[in-house]
Amino acid sequence: MTIRLTFAAALFASAAPVYAATHDVAPGENAQEALQEALILAEPGDEIVLAAGRYVLTDGLSLDVDGVTVRGAGMDGTVLDFTTQAGSGEGMLITSDNVTLRDFALENPKGDGIKSKGADNIVYHRIRVTWTRGPNPENGAYGIYPVESTGVLVDGVKVTGASDAGIYVGQSNRITVRNSIAEANVAGIEIENSRNALVEHNIATRNTGGILVFDLPDLPVMGGGNVIVANNLVVANDTANFAPPGNIVAGVRRGTGIMVMANDNVLIENNILSRNPTAPVMVIAYTQPFDDERYNPLPRDVVVGANTYDGGGYDPQLDGAEMLLAAFGGELPPVLWDGLGSLAAVDGTVGWSLNLTQAGKGLDGAQPGPLNVAAPAADFDRSGIGAPDALEERLGG
Amino acid sequence: MNRAAVLAAAILAFAGAMAVRATPPPLQYVNDTAILSDGMPRLLSDYGFFDDLGGQVPVPHVYPYRLNTPLYSDGADKLRFVYRAAGTEFRADGEGLIDMPVGAALIKTFAFGEDAKRRLIETRVLLHRPDGWLALPYLWNEEQTDARLAIAGARLDLTTPGGEAISYRVPNKNQCKECHGLDGAVVPIGPKARNLSHDWLGEMVATGNLDTIPVGADQLPVWESRQDADLAAAARGYLDVNCAHCHRPGATASNSGLDLRWEQQSPEAIGIGKRPVAAGRGAGGHLFDIVPGSPDSSIMTYRMGSPEPGVAMPELGKATVDEEGLDIVRRWIEEMAP
Repeated sequence: MTIRLTFAAALFASAAPVYAATHDVAPGENAQEALQEALILAEPGDEIVLAAGRYVLTDGLSLDVDGVTVRGAGMDGTVLDFTTQAGSGEGMLITSDNVTLRDFALENPKGDGIKSKGADNIVYHRIRVTWTRGPNPENGAYGIYPVESTGVLVDGVKVTGASDAGIYVGQSNRITVRNSIAEANVAGIEIENSRNALVEHNIATRNTGGILVFDLPDLPVMGGGNVIVANNLVVANDTANFAPPGNIVAGVRRGTGIMVMANDNVLIENNILSRNPTAPVMVIAYTQPFDDERYNPLPRDVVVGANTYDGGGYDPQLDGAEMLLAAFGGELPPVLWDGLGSLAAVDGTVGWSLNLTQAGKGLDGAQPGPLNVAAPAADFDRSGIGAPDALEERLGG
Repeated sequence: MNRAAVLAAAILAFAGAMAVRATPPPLQYVNDTAILSDGMPRLLSDYGFFDDLGGQVPVPHVYPYRLNTPLYSDGADKLRFVYRAAGTEFRADGEGLIDMPVGAALIKTFAFGEDAKRRLIETRVLLHRPDGWLALPYLWNEEQTDARLAIAGARLDLTTPGGEAISYRVPNKNQCKECHGLDGAVVPIGPKARNLSHDWLGEMVATGNLDTIPVGADQLPVWESRQDADLAAAARGYLDVNCAHCHRPGATASNSGLDLRWEQQSPEAIGIGKRPVAAGRGAGGHLFDIVPGSPDSSIMTYRMGSPEPGVAMPELGKATVDEEGLDIVRRWIEEMAP
């Protein structure tokens, strides 16, 4: 099953193969061993090709070799089926750098879908992760889950049914998530405790919340910021929250479009926001008490640029919703700010503020009123935001 | 080995060499080449760690040891050995891992069943090569004569000492690293001085294997005597051995922010009042890893008490709940002042 072009090695008597090898794997009785063995025996530069078909797997897969490509026959052609998974916390675990994952699907992993940890310069291209029964608190937490990595490109993926976030990037740097579909998850796309992230040209629909940009305390990496959320279609995120209680996203209100919690330097522009009944855009401080002195709970220098709002919060899942709706004439304005930290918005932005004065003290002291903030003072500095250009080169084919 | 035996062995070896090599002579010493050179030996016998492989009788310089508090592995009986290469010396390095130079090997065989019914299931080896440690799993054959490299791991049905029928998982090579990985490298986990007895360490010093007894040795309670030990020490020792290889900075679960190492003193870091990060349904509806006084509201005990993949902790290396371990952690949380 391994075809390695060895003549170069013979010519140069070199230990390092000059040509990469291709390892072909097909579905069948021994798929678990064959696939895992290929992932272990691959050498840097090799490609593992997964033939079309359904692979019934009982255990998580893992890759720990740099520079390997895992390529299937399309996100509907090659399906790694974890419905009968009996062990491991995720379907696939990547712990090496410069890995490319493309053109295959995972279905019903017991925990997370694909987790890449400390895996720099990773590309996820046209990967599908689906929990086939739809929203359910027993589904795994994250579909696509890069964490503690520098250089992350997620392009053309599709995640459905995650009980936390469909596409979750945590504690990472230099990130692009684009051209992807997040549907019927609790959070569609979540950027957490990360810097220099570009989230663009995605569709987030039927989630509880569409796109979340969070910074949380008590984690090894904090200080999330430099995030651009642009040109996304954020539509009908109205699925009731089905996250298991205890998780931070369990607090996300059904009908949240784009939400920023803590973070500095975030730009939200050119998105289309429609039918997000609590708040198309929400910018707030971290809401829980914390002891971590290194942590800043406030949203700082958040910019709401020009977006297309098709209405606002017409059925908000908020305390005192009826009073609020009455006060604002039957529908809340599209942009909600809690009044903490600093926010700027382009002229013409219609919003409302809770006018809170203290973070982490709940809604006591809220004095809801129309949003009244300054226009952005300068152009948003986009330098260094997004995945390194070199990752683009792996998208061909 | 006494002088006569050495002589007899030499004569036998000589006779063996004279013969047509129909059957090679039994290995008397460890095959250092198998440990040190590149490649993955296909059979456990290739290393020559054992004089009697099926009986797990080691050759010279391969020493059995035990840990005060062991890792739970579905109740498997674990036979642990350490090999020191000629010309090297183990060195004390505080309460943590004994410094074992290149050429050393750790061997751990997992067995189920007592006496005549004992079946060897798998043997995991850790080899200290010039470019670092390498972890490899070997799966025993039906005849119990040798174990074969199983880099992709395996599953087999067996019954635990507790009478549970389980699908037992032999880890694959990458899964070895999930527990043994620290800052990107593979490292041993078990032989930390604080979890080794003074007696064994003294013996190793007396036999010239170890330079001196490490400062901070023998701190973790002996698991069988845990009822006589300080409750917090027993629980923290258990968490250190069973959880902290992942739940610590630089390891597999570092992004959780939970640090369960023995030496960690911060209440938040060990989970008290700490909110979950990526627990998903593993949180079980609870808000904090540890709620003092309330094990029933703590994520830690919820996950330890679940056999369900995606919820169960540890994620690897076991299929059943460790009731004894769960009990000690529950009682520790129960007695914490709210």
